[in-house]
Amino acid sequence: MKPFSYHQPDQIPDAAKLLTSIEDSKLVAGGMTLIPTLKQRLASPPALVDLSKLGSLKGITDDGATITIGAMTPHAVVAASKLVQTKIPGLAELASMIGDPAVRSRGTIGGSVANNDPAADYPAGVLGLGATILTSTREIAADKFFLGLFETALEPGEIITAIRFPVPLRAGYAKFKAPASRYALVGVFVAKFADGVRVAVTGAGPGVFRVPPMEAALSGNFDPSAIAAIKIDNDGLTSDIHAEADYRAHLVTVMAKRAVDVALS
Amino acid sequence: MQISFTLNGRPTTVDVEPATLVAELLREQLDLTGTHIGCDTSQCGACVVHLDGLPVKSCTLLVPALDGASLLTIEGLQGAPGSNRMHLMQEAFREHHGLQCGFCTPGMLMTAVALATEKPDLTEADVRHGLEGNICRCTGYQNIVVSVMAGAAAMNAAKGE
Repeated sequence: MKPFSYHQPDQIPDAAKLLTSIEDSKLVAGGMTLIPTLKQRLASPPALVDLSKLGSLKGITDDGATITIGAMTPHAVVAASKLVQTKIPGLAELASMIGDPAVRSRGTIGGSVANNDPAADYPAGVLGLGATILTSTREIAADKFFLGLFETALEPGEIITAIRFPVPLRAGYAKFKAPASRYALVGVFVAKFADGVRVAVTGAGPGVFRVPPMEAALSGNFDPSAIAAIKIDNDGLTSDIHAEADYRAHLVTVMAKRAVDVALS
Repeated sequence: MQISFTLNGRPTTVDVEPATLVAELLREQLDLTGTHIGCDTSQCGACVVHLDGLPVKSCTLLVPALDGASLLTIEGLQGAPGSNRMHLMQEAFREHHGLQCGFCTPGMLMTAVALATEKPDLTEADVRHGLEGNICRCTGYQNIVVSVMAGAAAMNAAKGE
């Protein structure tokens, strides 16, 4: 790692000010992606702005029809939360499948969503549930937030403070893990609401995306058989050492069916 | 920067660059070499320690995270006070031959103790899921899983005494 200065502001405006006033500075939440990136010298920011002293960014609140999870809430806390397990069990299960126990102790929902890794789990849950990303300056709908490979709608100096999830009738997540990293080779989140079904896919392409034909089919009949014949086009999907695009396209249908099964169980 | 924390029960203050990893601090400055660095890419788990009771990979943790916290390393793992014995999980690993070369063992033990503390009635599936972040290249995991189950049962029994 190259040396950097370290800042631990205790107010969100101070954090935003540091981020914009020190050129190329980076936020650090749990550091589960950033620290490996620094160690490999893929990034060498002159300053890190640590969000861990911002107490208002932690915790999970029940708002009735929605639940709000603070950006600095670690995966292990979401996975073990009775509130999340009761209201959106599919989301608690997703959190319990991220990385490994040590990663879940440190990694945070805000960090994962801001990083928008194409194979991360949370983007599928956030897009699949049609959540809202709350930031230091505004609210952003999930459909307008994830813009592609590691790219989001966040502006420079804008900090995610929380994610607000609508409570679905049913939801489930299924992923085919890359065995070494536990990242999603393909992960599919399915959520059923009174006004329809949402299906979001991670790992398959350069960013998380929805599958409208599956959403339409499942809105009519929320059963794995409704989507068994729906194949997605492999054009634009990822091919790498782990799997070819064809295989990933195949897995989208398989994982979507399993996610529906999970949601029904 | 100056960081004060509790290390294996003792108040400790260090003066380090912020760009220091906890694994480096432990091994190179504090001479606690029981914490191993295997892959150095947060995959293998040989460097697992407990930060405020939670398992974390010390090769992927910057020293400022220790400020005001309590850190437990493999050197701090011990049996019941005054018993002059190893921790029950360590005894279980010895009893059930839960290691061969031993390189991954400190991390395995720290993860296993955290697992057993969090969920007293561990199933084999829980153990296998819980050990996903700890890689062993010798054993094929069978005896590690047996050891963790036995260690967790012993910890549970000791709690009732």
